[in-house]
Amino acid sequence: MKRSLVFLSLVVILALGLVGCSSETKEEAPAKQDSAETADAGKVLKLAMDADPVSLDPQVQLSGGMMQYAHMVFDPLVRWAKDGSFEPRLAESWEQINDTTMRFHLRKDVTFHSGNPFTAEDVVWSINRIKTSPDFKGLFEPFNEAKVVDANTVDVITKKPYGLLLNMATYIFPMDSKFYTGKDESGQDKAAIVKTGPSFANTHESGTGKYIVAEREQGVRTVFKAYPKYWDKAGNVETIILTPIKNDATRVAALLSGDVDFIMPVPPQDLKRIESTDGLELVTMSGSRIITFQLNSKRFEPFKNLKVRQAIVYATDNTAIVAKVMKGFATVAAQQGPKGYASYNAALTPRYDLEKAKQLMKEAGYADGFACTMIAPNNRYVNDEKIAEAFVTMLGKIGIKVSLKTMPKAQYWDQFDAQIADIQMIGWHPDTEDSANYTEFLLMCPNKETGYGQYNSGNYCNPEVDAMTIQTQTETDTAKRSATLQNIEKTLYDNAAFVPLHWQNLSWASKNNMNTEEIVNVQNFPYFGNLVIK
Amino acid sequence: MFAFIVRRIAQAILVMVVIGFIGFAIKQSFGDPIREITGISVSVEERNKLRDELGLNDPFLVQFGRFIKGAVHGDIGRSFFYKKSALEVILSKAPATLELVFCSALIIVLFSIPLGIYSAINPRSIFSRIIMGGSTLGVSIPVFLTAILMIYIFSVELHWLPSFGRGETINLGGWRTGLLTLDGLKHLIMPSIALSSIMLPLFIRLIRSEMMEVLQNDYIKYAWAKGLAPRRVFIVHAFKNTLLPVITVGGVQLGTMIAFTILTETVFQWQGMGFMFIEAVGRGDAPLMVAYLVVVGLIFVIVNTLVDVIYGLVNPQVRITGQK
Repeated sequence: MKRSLVFLSLVVILALGLVGCSSETKEEAPAKQDSAETADAGKVLKLAMDADPVSLDPQVQLSGGMMQYAHMVFDPLVRWAKDGSFEPRLAESWEQINDTTMRFHLRKDVTFHSGNPFTAEDVVWSINRIKTSPDFKGLFEPFNEAKVVDANTVDVITKKPYGLLLNMATYIFPMDSKFYTGKDESGQDKAAIVKTGPSFANTHESGTGKYIVAEREQGVRTVFKAYPKYWDKAGNVETIILTPIKNDATRVAALLSGDVDFIMPVPPQDLKRIESTDGLELVTMSGSRIITFQLNSKRFEPFKNLKVRQAIVYATDNTAIVAKVMKGFATVAAQQGPKGYASYNAALTPRYDLEKAKQLMKEAGYADGFACTMIAPNNRYVNDEKIAEAFVTMLGKIGIKVSLKTMPKAQYWDQFDAQIADIQMIGWHPDTEDSANYTEFLLMCPNKETGYGQYNSGNYCNPEVDAMTIQTQTETDTAKRSATLQNIEKTLYDNAAFVPLHWQNLSWASKNNMNTEEIVNVQNFPYFGNLVIK
Repeated sequence: MFAFIVRRIAQAILVMVVIGFIGFAIKQSFGDPIREITGISVSVEERNKLRDELGLNDPFLVQFGRFIKGAVHGDIGRSFFYKKSALEVILSKAPATLELVFCSALIIVLFSIPLGIYSAINPRSIFSRIIMGGSTLGVSIPVFLTAILMIYIFSVELHWLPSFGRGETINLGGWRTGLLTLDGLKHLIMPSIALSSIMLPLFIRLIRSEMMEVLQNDYIKYAWAKGLAPRRVFIVHAFKNTLLPVITVGGVQLGTMIAFTILTETVFQWQGMGFMFIEAVGRGDAPLMVAYLVVVGLIFVIVNTLVDVIYGLVNPQVRITGQK
């Protein structure tokens, strides 16, 4: 016993000694590290996001995290500029050859990380591959084929005239066809797109982008190093260390303490604190993810009545929700597409008017109100649960008793599809960055064959809206197309087809010695290749 | 001893099979993993195809049978998210958790024993009252809050300690350790204090009350009457006998700490098993969840076995179960 006590005390002394040492040196350590890193290895960006890429294969999953990754390691044919126009990347220029063919002229001085030169073959190969990816094949449905014209020219041919071809070209990140051809050690095709198991492309990359993946431990840390032969010399960051930090408070603390240089997203409750901290820069932007409630008219009789739906929209004070629940960190919406979209109709404004709502309920024959059910996720959208609760209170004022059930997103979507409640929450961001996409998924008549209305749990069905939306798919005259899209929004507004709430804002925060403002965009794919640290 | 070990192994296997069965039975209610691995605009057909490929449409017993068959061959499933064997993922996360728990346990042992003994011997002294008051406070503040407060004081305001992660680690034959680098140790300080903040007061209180009870016993009075030195009475006669219940509780708590240090790991972005588990639940990554629960079952059996062995060392009168 005595001996073990002596041993124990030895351990104590050792441990205390170690703790002591580390606490003595810690004050100077951070400063030293920073200067060492910036002097020797070029500029280093320590980046914290709420998630990290799930794979190194840019075509395996369509999600924000994967697109952010793709813009670092790969390069698209064209990409979105801030003003909504297209910026040439791997395609230097493009021209419409006929109704269904677009010709892209490719950059000539580009090589992949493997050293292989980038050619038209790679573009064709990548388009063919993306058309087989479960996540992307829907988006690339209008594409017929791609053809090599010569080594630096490629024709992309659509099935019908298609006005969104360039929007889709932002998703074409050419992959190194030679690198991804053949069999890996386990005998699997290197080009295989595998979502849940090992594959060559999930763990190896050869893109044309500014950064090479130098080190990766999934969910823990990814290190990106600049590719020396990259053609665009805009940015000056040599190394990016990406750490996913899921917890909001921890992510903010990491920035405030100087452990990281750049965070995204910034939780609404911390916006003020970051804004008022010296040495930090906060950038926010109105986004395009609309948050809505759908009123299921198939499931619940009263929602068939236009006046009831209108009453609900009139009773919803979404301006107050934005101010109080979202702390001003959202933009009040009255239609699906935000300002800047072709469909934006300035005449459609928020309609909160409690008296009018009560009046409409009376006219509809529900002066005493009714009871209904509602579901919402509690970890999918910013403050989703609180928004739903505020909405329930607001409907209470016109006599509608809503029993609300919230659940985590992992369970939510099955319930949503099963339409287990009369009112269901959904947020939508169009992958095409185009307004028709909202209607196609959320408000066209649900149709299992065509896939339209896949998330239309309100079962709103208006053949006129369907016809107009389908017409916009092949309309290439922008002015005409825009008019039709605005008309759709007006019809939906008048019919109270859904309850619009707001568009979520986007946010980024960084140290103020970099051009954060210039590299961020409404798609939320910051162009880190263009980041300049002073 | 041999019979004891065989019995424990049998027990471990049974526990793991039962946990696996329960895990499989309830995994559906954790949500749909397919949603997490596909974009929202993917069609219903494509989703069903994926579900078929993964065998998620098969009846429960077929899926469970497949799991058992794999488990016999040492394969307890593949994580959807990590795209690797679940066991491999768990093992890669284990060092982080074990090191954190080790440091916390060290803090707990080092502080709870002297403080507990002191406050049992001098229950009325001011220092004892401070200890007891402080421990009530410690028990009542949630780990989450302690952790956030520490981050704000020591990282954000004072810039003394790093706010998240494990820092620099060294790879020792597959075991990534943070114990051998200064940076790694610095990263360990706050998480281990946060983790011990609930358990430490608990153990101080436990040791104190057990010790006070023991001090009332006749054999202690006899020891005093014999004229033994106070140190010998307190440490050898009294403290040794307070240890049995402390070890029992300690064993269970140690198991819990290894398995479910979820809060501390989440706040400090500490890439351990607890954090991995809660993320897997959020993603509906059922194979990883089930595999993890099975491994946790094993951990508990091992810890309890160790506790039983230690019992015998502390008090030879206690026979190991199964030893005749």
